[in-house]
Amino acid sequence: MSTTLTPESQSSGPEEADGPVLDRPIYTDVARTPRRTPAPRVRTGGVTPELVLHLVSAFAGSMALTWLVYERLVPVAGAMGFWLCWYVTFLVMLAAVSATTLDRMSVIDRVVGAVVTTCGLLLVGALVGIVVFTALRGKDALGHWNFYHQTTAFIGPDASLDQGGIYAAMIGTLEQVAISVAVSVPLGIATAVYLSEVRGKLARLVRSVVEAMSAVPTIVAGLFIYSMLILKFGQERSGFAASLALCVSMIPVVTTTAEVVLRLVPGGLREASLALGTTQWQTVRRVVLPTARPGLITAVLLGVARVIGETSPVLLVAGSTSELNYDPMHGPQLSLPLFVFNQMRLPLDEAIQRAFGAAVVLLVLVVFFFAMARILGGRPPGRLSRRQQRRLSGRFAAPTAEGTL
Amino acid sequence: MSAPTIAGPPAPETQQRRVLTTKPSAQDITFVAASRSAAVSTLIIMGLIGVFLAIGAWPALKQQGFGFITESKWLPEAGTFGIASLLWGTFLIGLFALCVAVPIGFGAALFISEYAPRSLKKPLVTLVDLMAAVPSIIYALWGLFFLQGHLLEVARWISVHFGSFLPFFRVDVPDSPSSFTSSAFIAGIATGVVVLPTVTSIMREVFAQAPIGEREGAIALGATRWGMIRTVVIPFGRSGIVGGVMLGLGRALGETIVVYTIISPMFEFTTHPLQSGTNTIASHIAARYSESGGIALAGLLGAGLVLFLFTLVINTLAGVVVSRSRSGAATEI
Repeated sequence: MSTTLTPESQSSGPEEADGPVLDRPIYTDVARTPRRTPAPRVRTGGVTPELVLHLVSAFAGSMALTWLVYERLVPVAGAMGFWLCWYVTFLVMLAAVSATTLDRMSVIDRVVGAVVTTCGLLLVGALVGIVVFTALRGKDALGHWNFYHQTTAFIGPDASLDQGGIYAAMIGTLEQVAISVAVSVPLGIATAVYLSEVRGKLARLVRSVVEAMSAVPTIVAGLFIYSMLILKFGQERSGFAASLALCVSMIPVVTTTAEVVLRLVPGGLREASLALGTTQWQTVRRVVLPTARPGLITAVLLGVARVIGETSPVLLVAGSTSELNYDPMHGPQLSLPLFVFNQMRLPLDEAIQRAFGAAVVLLVLVVFFFAMARILGGRPPGRLSRRQQRRLSGRFAAPTAEGTL
Repeated sequence: MSAPTIAGPPAPETQQRRVLTTKPSAQDITFVAASRSAAVSTLIIMGLIGVFLAIGAWPALKQQGFGFITESKWLPEAGTFGIASLLWGTFLIGLFALCVAVPIGFGAALFISEYAPRSLKKPLVTLVDLMAAVPSIIYALWGLFFLQGHLLEVARWISVHFGSFLPFFRVDVPDSPSSFTSSAFIAGIATGVVVLPTVTSIMREVFAQAPIGEREGAIALGATRWGMIRTVVIPFGRSGIVGGVMLGLGRALGETIVVYTIISPMFEFTTHPLQSGTNTIASHIAARYSESGGIALAGLLGAGLVLFLFTLVINTLAGVVVSRSRSGAATEI
């Protein structure tokens, strides 16, 4: 991705300044003539004053026209309709304004560029809108300290925000995610090692099955655990059942991410290790896995970020309670997504505020794990962080008179 | 792989080929066996999902026979129930979701891979991945308390202006705003926002792989940026576009919480998606699992089995289509 050379990288950038410098040795005679200025550069992208002018005039014109039509002439109202009409008018005006200086192809190019940019902005706007909306609605509940260390077990749903909180839900989420990490990380990484190190015909089948598994609807995962653990084996609904349901979504995430990372380990390292006479297991343990360590941590964190907010599998098998339950093996257990789900369906302002508050906590956790995954996994495998370099140089440096470096 | 033992006599005159055999050590045998058993266990889990759903659903399927697919009422006590209306609702919501996610996702993918300034590309890719990681319960909150209020007037506008000649958009009581709430339309749009990052990230990945030589060739021949995209990027990324649409559909069909919180359940064929009331398989399971037992529960498991098979088929097809356009596996978040 980062190596892709896009058109704007050719037109803008440091090369622009080199143009006249390169001309000198080649055109020694011609360059001395008065016509020294190079031909105007063809720009395929970038912001030009003309473009800004066109955009501003189309924006102003369309705004004015839509306002006039919408507010004064036609008896319709509604913010959504206004913006839709404005956008269409804006595109038409942009085309018309651009047509004053550009040919047909360039006008089309500009209009398409405007539409595509709008799509990009819509995507960013949707995410920002969702985050800001959740944060704004949730801030009332978050301001109360009791929100973090009390439960909603012994209060009514209409109790004020000074009472009750998400402590039970946080404990449940912590335990359930911990259990599913304990189950799915070894399984997922071992599968990834099989896919990338052992290979073979079976690996291809496993890979496509893992891909299919990542697409299993989470409600089906919950239904599976429900029918197996609760109906067939007669277990009660518990946090443990919920974490097994979460495993079904977590295993494919860990496996696919870990496999990609293991594949990026240079083959030369494996061959060098095998050439030293190691067994395959030693190679995997001493060379492949340590080299891929940051990526494997990323795989785990992405898996956690994925399952921490899963609602539908938990809904089916965790049971319903609002009491604090430390024991994941027995009795129903609450978790953060389930708490949000239960509270948001109560037709009371306080409950809905609590739902938004818990949603903000959930969102913060997801963003935290996601950011950690990005920070730790940002380096390609084998590239050491500065701290690792220091540590290794300390371990392997030749002893000097003063001792180790 | 370990300690290659050289077999055969060393005969330099006859130039006989050396035969290399490997005798894996006990350590390696254990390693391969352990990792293989982990791999097989994921196969077993997938198999168990299908088997347990099928076993659980068997009484319902046996009782209803083919009617399980064609019956639209859900009256397990009376002995007639089927998933026809659920299938239709699932399809309808998937359709609306794609109407939102595909155009915006396509444009956003083009924006990220072709139009965005280079310094913005990486943050935007991260943003899309983050958006895919946001739990669906948060989309549900947003859809219920924000999106629904804003979409009511849109739904009414469509119904008033197009309902007169398109019966698809007609609503029984167009004057009351409550006849527009909890509709397949609103749930579909909200689901579309949920699958938007999936669609975007797959399309972007494929667009970014369009070969650089052809891109530069098009620019060198005087193509505008859109001309280059139209003649190089989109033809090269066609399979990725199709695959992205299908994976998006797969996710939309299985979306539970967003749909469940928005719709009001109903067991009829609704040909008026703007009107309140619809149902999908996933939200039906979420709504009924706790009060169901016996044959009703078997029916739910049957519905789950159908959903499982549906998404399996769609995603396998999409996987085949996408993998034809890219080599190796990619991270799916």
